[in-house]
Amino acid sequence: MPKDGGIGASTKRREDVRFLTGKGRYTDDINIRGQAYAWFVRSEVAHGTLNKVDVSAAEAMPGVLKVFTAADFAGVGGIPCGWQVTDRFGKPMQEPKHPVLADGKVRHVGDPIAVVVAETLDQARDAAEAVEIDITELTPVLDMKAALQPDSPKVHEELTSNLCYDWGFVEENKAAVDEAFAKAAHVTTLELINNRLVANPMEPRVAVGDYESHSGNSTLYTTSQNPHVIRLLMGAFVLGIPESKLRVVAPDVGGGFGSKIYHYAEEAFVTFAAKTLGVPVKWTSTRSEAFISDAQGRDHVTKIQLALDGDNNFTALRTETYANMGAYLSTFAPSIPTWLHGTLMAGNYRTPLIYVNVKAVFTNTVPVDAYRGAGRPEATFQLERLVDKAARELGVDPVALRRQNFITPDQFPYQTPVAVVYDTGNYHATMDKLLEISDHAGFEARAAESKARGKLRGFGIAHYIEACGIAPSNLVGQLGARAGLYESATVRVNATGSISVFTGSHSHGQGHETSFAQVVAEMIGVDASQIEIVHGDTSNTPMGMGTYGSRSLAVGGSAIVKATNKIINKAKKIAAHLLEASEADIELKDGKFSVAGTDKSVDWTGVTLAAYVPHNYPLESMEPGLEETAFYDPSNFTYPSGAYGCEVEVDPETGKVQILAFSAADDFGNIVNPMIVEGQVQGGLAQGIGQALLENCVYDENGQLLSGSFMDYAMPRADDLPMFKVDHSCCTPCTHNPLGVKGCGEAGAIGSPPAVVNAVIDALHRAGRTDITHIDMPLTPSRVWAAMNA
Amino acid sequence: MQLSDQREIRAAPATVWAAILDPAMLQAAIPGCETVTGSPAEGFEAVVVQKVGPVKARFTGVVTISDVVEGQSLTISGEGKGGPAGFAKGGARVTLSPCDAGTLLSYEVEASVGGKLAQLGSRIIDGFAKKMADEFFERFQQAVEGPAEEEPPTPETSADAPGSGEPEKKGWFRKLIS
Repeated sequence: MPKDGGIGASTKRREDVRFLTGKGRYTDDINIRGQAYAWFVRSEVAHGTLNKVDVSAAEAMPGVLKVFTAADFAGVGGIPCGWQVTDRFGKPMQEPKHPVLADGKVRHVGDPIAVVVAETLDQARDAAEAVEIDITELTPVLDMKAALQPDSPKVHEELTSNLCYDWGFVEENKAAVDEAFAKAAHVTTLELINNRLVANPMEPRVAVGDYESHSGNSTLYTTSQNPHVIRLLMGAFVLGIPESKLRVVAPDVGGGFGSKIYHYAEEAFVTFAAKTLGVPVKWTSTRSEAFISDAQGRDHVTKIQLALDGDNNFTALRTETYANMGAYLSTFAPSIPTWLHGTLMAGNYRTPLIYVNVKAVFTNTVPVDAYRGAGRPEATFQLERLVDKAARELGVDPVALRRQNFITPDQFPYQTPVAVVYDTGNYHATMDKLLEISDHAGFEARAAESKARGKLRGFGIAHYIEACGIAPSNLVGQLGARAGLYESATVRVNATGSISVFTGSHSHGQGHETSFAQVVAEMIGVDASQIEIVHGDTSNTPMGMGTYGSRSLAVGGSAIVKATNKIINKAKKIAAHLLEASEADIELKDGKFSVAGTDKSVDWTGVTLAAYVPHNYPLESMEPGLEETAFYDPSNFTYPSGAYGCEVEVDPETGKVQILAFSAADDFGNIVNPMIVEGQVQGGLAQGIGQALLENCVYDENGQLLSGSFMDYAMPRADDLPMFKVDHSCCTPCTHNPLGVKGCGEAGAIGSPPAVVNAVIDALHRAGRTDITHIDMPLTPSRVWAAMNA
Repeated sequence: MQLSDQREIRAAPATVWAAILDPAMLQAAIPGCETVTGSPAEGFEAVVVQKVGPVKARFTGVVTISDVVEGQSLTISGEGKGGPAGFAKGGARVTLSPCDAGTLLSYEVEASVGGKLAQLGSRIIDGFAKKMADEFFERFQQAVEGPAEEEPPTPETSADAPGSGEPEKKGWFRKLIS
């Protein structure tokens, strides 16, 4: 019977009440008395020398307080990068300057040049038109391979080239991998593009800066996935404000998908300008601005090869990828194509030898960073497309070829040749489950029915692995992270028994307020309605490294478990005192402390009241109060995995692909709230299918963003998607965190693109078009039609 | 984007050549043009109102004449800034040669846009640029030749373009130089 509370219950999301009734409090809802408005003047060209910015006419316009340019930021640091990658020759990556406002050069359409701050938004916009900018256009750097030619113009003059790094992983394996290829019975090669995406969260970015002259405290309200990280980066590296004088608040945030992890220039600007002008300063991004200023995702160009022996066992894998960094290094950009991508190239397979080469390249485009999945979708897409292609070349069933090479359940923990150790998993089980829920056995009959209607039906499979719950701080430190990646929590039990949980993890759609409360309710045995989850404000929550990489329950949730265990231990001591029993005999069940083997008991509120009104209390041996903080630093990543199946119909007349069915069999380990997990998977699938069929970020030959609005950037809509079959009954709990959870936020976006493309290729092959071995995403009707009519 | 076309004008090459260097002629021919000032040597300044898809803006910009081969060919380049709407720029390489009807005018046009125009209007920009170029040379031809007696005036040149399509302006140049 399903539970109605605690771990495993599909409790309805408590935060949805305010979201669905229009009572969410987002950053744009924050208006401070006397605030001024900022309007950013942005570059309209992709690459140019900034000769002159004349703000005199704009500053004379009505209501204008000041127009800021790079000169105003002369004494201020640049936007920092949070990860330093070391290249295959042992050298650190090339790291360009990233000024708050463009200084001497503009490097992408949307690069901020000047900011008008005025009493009203309209005044700021009007005055922005009067800012005179003189730019000498330079040839834009757009194509990654051309950008690495010696005669290419440079995005950054201070660097030796447009190459950020040339990364090899594992470099020591390179010769052995090449040797395995030389001996291979069969080699499958695939070249592909992982299309650039725009994150497009429903809520555009907003930042409000406030400065109190009487205290010297600065406050930044911002749409962030990680307010503590913003406080650290902006305070320490950009503006030089100690944490004690800087508060960062990320209230309700309407989705991020990675794009709200990073520290952006606009955040530093409003904080700086508020202090400079002595008034609060607010900036709200327009949707058009979001397209040219939010970090974008993916954009890899890859060649991948698989070597197989005569029995179809994978013997080696090698890849060469060009990864677009855009014009500047966004906060975590260097880590995405490297440590979040190369370490996953083993997939679910026993491939003994792997070599991954990644060249990260600067171009005159919007910076690229993590986007739902971050490196892992790129790894999964190329690997699962390649395995599918290999199966077709060898004339074997794609499912059978995967199964033959799967890591088997008895091999865990499994050391891959790309550094990571998978703690647990059962890929045969998820594959079995997928074939069951997708009615794979009935596919041929459905294909025949489609054929009778003149349509081409195909079935595509993908099996993914991802590394979530990032990560052991000492490990990521060795890999170049300039931060730790623990989480922390404070559990404050109040006198009358209600519980306030202060978490460093931020929620912006994940439902933490519900699922975190379920965890504490389960552990203590009180009703979840007694528990409040507090997050998003650095002034009242302990340090958190942020919500991304499907890490919040695995890492932040584990910190809550640790702190709650401390609470339970102390509460048992208090109960033992009240019950005049030995602490070892105290049992906690359903919110009641009892002495084992007796009918003596004290309920939860009896203990909490005693903690705060310590009249009958062991004050000589224990402090009053009931509040504990814990930090949790994971010992490994978590490794969710799953099998995805996509069934499509292709219209041979138009090339239109319709997804008829999509099934997902995931292993997320233990599950706290199945309904939230299902929602996360469904959302991920919608984004992955969006990438596979619809979404594409396109720049023209001058570096102008052509897909710069929802007229030209096709977001998935309800009628593009089928009803999903989502199953997470396969469960191999994570072995190293106290909840046994693995993370589910990105899975859908990781596993679905290769399943969709494999399904379309399957449909075409079944129709006899075995010459079509790949079509680059998005598989729009025109691309599919062109492939069929080539 | 790039496009090329040609048209026959019922006037002598010298007449066409003189017309192409005349700011008043440019104003008459540029769709949506409000004013043109300046000279061929120093360049012209133009104000043009145009609507591209959802973006309507008043562009102020410079028009320059370059690569002049007297009486035969030249390049007209324009760059207009539309404030928050972005910018548009383009050039036309124009070649004149005598033909039976008078003058064969050939042109190769290159155009590009940036900023909001590119972000919001890119889907329609190719069609828009072709329409602009066609209209420019159509209006130029009409201005040089005077009103076509056997043909009705072209109707499509009016809707979005102030300063265009007023019938009394047609043919003034012919009167001027004849």
